[in-house]
Amino acid sequence: MRKRIFLIGVGGQGILLATRLIGEAALYAGFNVSMSEVHGMAQRGGVVESAVVFGNRHSPVLADGEADIVIAFEPLEALRALPKCNKESVIVMNNSPIPPFTVTSGISDYPSISDIEMIIKSKVKAFYSFNGLAVARDAGSDKALNVVMVGIAVGLGLLDIDEALFEKALASLLPDRLLATNIKALNAGIALGQNSVRS
Amino acid sequence: MSSLLKAENEKVFLLGNEAIVRGAIESGVGYVTAYPGTPSSEIIDTMYRLRNDTGIRVEYAVNEKVSVEVAAAVSNAGIRSLVSMKHVGLNVAADAFMTLSYVGVKAGMVIVCADDPSLHSSQNEQDNRFYARMALVPMLEPSTPQEAYEMTCKAFELSESFGTPCLLRTTTRVNHARGVVKTGFIPPNGGMKKGEFKKDPFRYVVVPMVGRMLRVEQLKRWESLTQESNATDLNFVEGSGKIGVITSGVSYLYVKDAIEELGLNEEMKIAKLGMTSPFPDKFILNFLRTVDKVIVVEELEPYLEEAIRSVAQVGKWNGVIVGKEFIPRHFELNVPIVKRAFAKFLDLSLPQEEIFTVPSNIPARPPNLCPGCPHRATYYSVKKTFGRDALYPTDIGCYTLGLLPPLQMADFLICMGSSVSTGGGFSIALDNPVVAFIGDSTFFHAGITGLINCVTNGHKLLLVILDNSTTAMTGHQPHPGASMTVEGACECKVDVKTLVEACGVKACEVVNPLNVTRTIKTFEKIKNSMDSDPGVYVVISKSPCPLLERRVLRKKQKVYFFVDDTCDGCNVCLEELACPAFVRTDDRVSIDELLCIGCAVCAQICNSIKPRKIEK
Repeated sequence: MRKRIFLIGVGGQGILLATRLIGEAALYAGFNVSMSEVHGMAQRGGVVESAVVFGNRHSPVLADGEADIVIAFEPLEALRALPKCNKESVIVMNNSPIPPFTVTSGISDYPSISDIEMIIKSKVKAFYSFNGLAVARDAGSDKALNVVMVGIAVGLGLLDIDEALFEKALASLLPDRLLATNIKALNAGIALGQNSVRS
Repeated sequence: MSSLLKAENEKVFLLGNEAIVRGAIESGVGYVTAYPGTPSSEIIDTMYRLRNDTGIRVEYAVNEKVSVEVAAAVSNAGIRSLVSMKHVGLNVAADAFMTLSYVGVKAGMVIVCADDPSLHSSQNEQDNRFYARMALVPMLEPSTPQEAYEMTCKAFELSESFGTPCLLRTTTRVNHARGVVKTGFIPPNGGMKKGEFKKDPFRYVVVPMVGRMLRVEQLKRWESLTQESNATDLNFVEGSGKIGVITSGVSYLYVKDAIEELGLNEEMKIAKLGMTSPFPDKFILNFLRTVDKVIVVEELEPYLEEAIRSVAQVGKWNGVIVGKEFIPRHFELNVPIVKRAFAKFLDLSLPQEEIFTVPSNIPARPPNLCPGCPHRATYYSVKKTFGRDALYPTDIGCYTLGLLPPLQMADFLICMGSSVSTGGGFSIALDNPVVAFIGDSTFFHAGITGLINCVTNGHKLLLVILDNSTTAMTGHQPHPGASMTVEGACECKVDVKTLVEACGVKACEVVNPLNVTRTIKTFEKIKNSMDSDPGVYVVISKSPCPLLERRVLRKKQKVYFFVDDTCDGCNVCLEELACPAFVRTDDRVSIDELLCIGCAVCAQICNSIKPRKIEK
């Protein structure tokens, strides 16, 4: 068994916490797990990417073509993650955009979400697009998008880790006052993932 | 208490930098110091956060040179010390480092130096392993957080038993990897205590006569360290094939994955080096004699490769050695790169896999100065006053982002502190006006001597000190002039203006860049003085980093700004200020109220921008 998961999004979306959530759950499940992060410019509105690998894999760094699963927190960044994928990859994408400054300032145009979805769909084995932000908002906080996205991947059955371990991992990572909202977000994500497997 | 301290003999999921912290605490370190620098900063920040629980004395240093010097004294007074820095920090500390290797240490002293292959957040990707060879100090290279933890403990032991500082050389992918670490136990009596120092000037005061004696001792120590390197279990052999691989650091992980993915477990045998200085010559010669040919897999320079070639020559081993002709010398390695190198080396064919490309012309997402960042306001006023003609040497910090269009306020940069000294240089070689930019933390780190040099030699420039009261880029660490830390407001220890005036500049003015009109007026006044009475001028552009201010001083935002119906879409705000809160729509500009922090700078350059109270 080997899972190589790549996470990508924009500074402030809680990508490192999402990565760690998967990592801690994998550790509880008894896997050999490692993660890599790139720190530095995250607070300055740039792209943030990280990776978590577990099972039969030593290197935590994912090169082009090496991601089994991509969790993209933002549509444009999902597109930017394509080189990390291969034909067998699965991409899970939050489809609510955060236009970069190059777009808001009128220098370039943000591609349409349906174009982005079409391009990605044509390349990889499976592609799921959700409005994760709406789910997070329903659960009580936009900031819980990161936990919703992990929940969706769990619900889709992509991670091979028992659901309950994610709740345990959340409790170890978050202060008590944020826990209820995030558990709600996790479960909403899981339910959404499970429903789309059935449909 | 932090989970980093609670875990005893159990598995925890730690960042490489946290693993180093844990190893140092278990080793009974008493003193820790550093100037922050990516990817090493979490070491000092974590130590600082835990200082009350551990009893360790933790100090943010003004630069890497002083950090090594202070720690050298503490270690020679019998207390274990740890210093961390990014790779280029060791350039700053090199003077202290080279001769400390002569004088040596009493209690263990570990210097963590974090290299940054691929330049994720650095100005170069120099290979600091050569420093170990040049200074003749031992060096350990971990591959994972687990090894970072173990080797930190080992580095303290080596340092103390051989009486020399020990380098722990990491790379970004070790510092910022998170992995499972099996902890040990924290000794009950760790932390800072009183040391003792027995005077012995003919061993501790390096005049030439003492230096000559110490040089001979250093070489003797080097011989014993070489024996240690040949014997240590940090260097080990794995597998049984006749094709050799020699590797160290994170490359070991790429090698293991590549071998498994290519199904070469039976054919390839790995020599994994954890202690790479002194080079384990006998260990490697023994390894070479068990294989037919060998490939060296290491990032950056052929540090191991050259030593291996030399060992092979001395030991008359005639097998094939390949290294940098198969393994790139620039940037990080990864599993596919190593697989391709093995395939080429062994004449295997790899299946061609399609690599997807990112559609061309999708919008970029470059990092940007934050909304309300005072640096943007300073750049605006300087540009209004000095225009495109002036030369703008810059320095290292968030404000280096001023390089990007549309601001484009950066013309030259090589290293910490270079703004002011290169500005002086340009001023004697060119006729253009020179305006140099430096952050407050960088000014303390390496700018003061440059400023004095400009004054002394009659250079002509304006130095703008961008004083946001913190070291923002690396995570808001304090510095001598800081008036707030992550823990709240604090008293400023060294006043920048007093210091600058003492350097003998023609004039030093302080402005609040968020007040655009007054700031431009001050710059115009200085510009006139520079024409009539050329020399060195300083403007301190003082306004706290809004990110930190909002976080630690809990400052509430009272207004945000909006664009009213009179906007004629002239685009000046976007072309000259370019705050990320601006949104361009078909024929006008609006402001994203969620991003606006209410700094009011844009409202001073455009009459269509108005404040609106935030309803509570």
